[in-house]
Amino acid sequence: MPDFWFFLEVLVGGLLSGTMYALVALGFVLIYKASSVFNFAQGAMVFFAVLSFVGFMELGLPFWAALPVTVGLMILVGMGTERFVLRPLVNQSEDTLLMATIGLAFVIEGVAQLAWGVDVRRLDLGIRDEPINWVMDNTGMLISQLDVTAAVVAGIMVAALALLFSHTKVGRGLRAVADDHAAALSIGIPLKHIWMLVWATAGVVALVAGMLWGARSGVQFALVWVALKALPVLIIGGFTSVPGVILAGLIVGAFEKLGEVFIGPFVGGGIEGWAPYMLAVLFLLIRPEGLFGEKIIRRV
Amino acid sequence: MLYREAGQFRTSYAQDSQIFPLRQDRVGIFIILTAAVMLPFVANSYWLSAILVPWLVLSLVALGQNILMGYAGQLSLGSAGFMAVGAFACYNLILRIDGIPFVVAVALSGVCAALVGIVFGLPSLRIRGLYLAVATLASQFFIVWALDKFGWFKNYDPAGVITAQPIVMFGHNFATPREKYWVVLAIVAVLALLAKNMARGSVGRGWMAVRDMDVAAEVMGFSLLRTKLQAFAISSFYCGVGGALFAFAYLQTVEPSAFGIDLSFRILFMVIIGGLGTIMGSFLGAGFILLMPIFLNIFFHTVFGKSVDATITSALEQVIFGVMIIMFLIFEPLGLARLWQLTKERLRLWPFKH
Amino acid sequence: MTIPVQSSILQSAQRAFPFGPPILELDSISLRFGGVQALTNISFNVLEHEIRAIIGPNGAGKSSMLNVINGIYVPQEGSVTFRGERLSEMRPTHAARLGIARTFQNIALFRGMSVLDNIMAGRKLHMHASFLEVALQLPRARREEAENRAAVEEIIEFLEIEHIRKTPVARLPYGLQKRVELGRALAAEPTILLLDEPMAGMNIEEKQDMCRFILDVNDHYGTTIVLIEHDMGVVMDISDRVVVLDYGKKIGDGTPDEVRSDQNVIDAYLGVPH
Repeated sequence: MPDFWFFLEVLVGGLLSGTMYALVALGFVLIYKASSVFNFAQGAMVFFAVLSFVGFMELGLPFWAALPVTVGLMILVGMGTERFVLRPLVNQSEDTLLMATIGLAFVIEGVAQLAWGVDVRRLDLGIRDEPINWVMDNTGMLISQLDVTAAVVAGIMVAALALLFSHTKVGRGLRAVADDHAAALSIGIPLKHIWMLVWATAGVVALVAGMLWGARSGVQFALVWVALKALPVLIIGGFTSVPGVILAGLIVGAFEKLGEVFIGPFVGGGIEGWAPYMLAVLFLLIRPEGLFGEKIIRRV
Repeated sequence: MLYREAGQFRTSYAQDSQIFPLRQDRVGIFIILTAAVMLPFVANSYWLSAILVPWLVLSLVALGQNILMGYAGQLSLGSAGFMAVGAFACYNLILRIDGIPFVVAVALSGVCAALVGIVFGLPSLRIRGLYLAVATLASQFFIVWALDKFGWFKNYDPAGVITAQPIVMFGHNFATPREKYWVVLAIVAVLALLAKNMARGSVGRGWMAVRDMDVAAEVMGFSLLRTKLQAFAISSFYCGVGGALFAFAYLQTVEPSAFGIDLSFRILFMVIIGGLGTIMGSFLGAGFILLMPIFLNIFFHTVFGKSVDATITSALEQVIFGVMIIMFLIFEPLGLARLWQLTKERLRLWPFKH
Repeated sequence: MTIPVQSSILQSAQRAFPFGPPILELDSISLRFGGVQALTNISFNVLEHEIRAIIGPNGAGKSSMLNVINGIYVPQEGSVTFRGERLSEMRPTHAARLGIARTFQNIALFRGMSVLDNIMAGRKLHMHASFLEVALQLPRARREEAENRAAVEEIIEFLEIEHIRKTPVARLPYGLQKRVELGRALAAEPTILLLDEPMAGMNIEEKQDMCRFILDVNDHYGTTIVLIEHDMGVVMDISDRVVVLDYGKKIGDGTPDEVRSDQNVIDAYLGVPH
């Protein structure tokens, strides 16, 4: 196959997996926008969500019943997190909150495995991880149906959430809560409702992300580490920007795949494990707030 | 009643700044050290090689992490990476330099780790908190990848592992569990003392100043560059020495992936649970994390009368560690070390209430 | 509210340290943050051994002025001259080495350390032992620690805080924290002391003590003092000369009496549009 098509294939593959990273990163952004807390446990939540979903189905619930039940479960997890982890530490430093969410991540991972066991599960969404025929026939590129579907779903979710934040009353309320809890309360924004909405949304995002990743590579513990990949995405895009997440996801995905295929052979391969982080570090040194994030100012 | 300071006067500033100003404390530490040295004569070799040695080694690494995170306030998730540098440096030094004494090799491996630490610590001059943690993740992943990819580090071993050479010093081969234990005990005790001295002196004050209020620290003449990089260097030195001991006195056969991200998280837990910014906390935290699996096994045996699947105990471990971290952060951020300190203070007053 | 202070110390011709030449000269300083003009074309000097007050309504740019002197902010225009030497760029560590120390408006103590450790940290420039010497407790490190401890104890005695020397600063009441911060600044044995609202939030007794300490420092050691203060009584009583800022511009410069009767200053404080 001529080089151009190969390059395009790798690029498209990278962009598609990038949207999946963006979907996982989206959960982080939601929580951060609503509470200024970086929820390290988001990856564990992705894992827990999809594992519970599959578990419920194994227990006999049909697909469309298991979905709302899992979302309900994630809301409980979210409210529990807010009540027992975030609230008691409300005035502590960012570092303390970060460490607490690291602890939370391990709790959720442990509970997930205790509840549902450690076997790898398969998740069949009815879309097969096979090349799209007419693309393959016309251009020789191998582009997976599943990847494209996942990218479309991710793109829709990101777009919907971006609109929610910028154009609706609820979105404004969320931003107010993130800025200053007490002030938001004092102008009558219903804090509890906002929290529930945020965690429900984050839960849905986590579930969808988990389902897509799980369909691709099986529902297993390694999903948790996928979330670590979301960190470079967040840094490059900016922690508070929904559109930034999508763009950064594309960049990270493309960079990862292209780097692996074209630079990898010179150094023996495997650079996709650390290359996105190096890229993130570079960004941190040049533009710490990311592409679309808010500038951080410290008063003396 | 026993633990009283009445009658013990300090008549000079030097006396006031001793590590153990109370006579009872000095006696206590002497007893502990003697017991530690005598231990191999009563303990069986399983306890020595599978529990005490890893505890000492991991305490040392936790010390390094504590220096960086607890005293200097630089969030780091890369401690296992620096351990790896130390382990592989030690292996290569002994391999390629004939007759090099083990202690010298270990010290030089620490220096190698320190140099790597300085390089990866450079971002700390511009970024902090979560962002710095991500940069340390970069170092963690990169180091393990590099050690794995470039066969030179493993002397082109086909299985991708290194096998630690015997510990040879002054013409003697420290081969038995007892001898390995003594070597590790000596190295760890000395380094812990040095760390304590630094932490209580001008070095430690510099770290804590930069941690608490970097602008004010600068205004007083502390160079942020020097202080932060120094913290990274010294911390990585400790992690590197720990890594070398980890390979030579504990695991014997080691591959780069043994120093993965999960080990870094374990070290992080040791430091948080043990007590950030304390020397004692590193030991307490390491002990807690190491002993938990054993404790759980015994618990299940006695309560349920049978062995439980390893996956269940490890999942339970994760839950317990996570919950303890959250609870310590909420109720006692200074961890087990602070609890220990409070107990001692109670003892000083006992049998009085206050 | 006037604080009864023995102003006879100042009026007497026998100053322990008579005023010297200008030790600090600010020339046409302008400072901008993005679109906000914090300081515009500020020029004034500070004579050696004097107590210079900077006053002005809130938001006038007083703290920014101190930050410029200290090197925390770099002005877009203008220069800082120290002892006749014009500095191209001032950085905080450089300012420290020149002998400029300061306290902060919102207390910048090191919350994880005790009073003693905080003030010992202030001795940074007097401690030269390397980390290795400290780790191994070599003689030079031990000697340095004891010598500096002695110096710090003098300051502790001077500020009457012996009883709390081992207390973690986070546990101290506000007034004592401010005193500890003063102690930490003094520990550097500075030539110039920049004090940012050292008496904010204090009651009358605490203010009297603080005034006494500041005057004593100036009297005993000859330390030049630049202080930002809102309490007019304090300013009038203890300062030798005053600079008045408003909206980032200088609107008054002279002795307390001159400034007090300056119409521009009166207008600024009463809010007359100008």
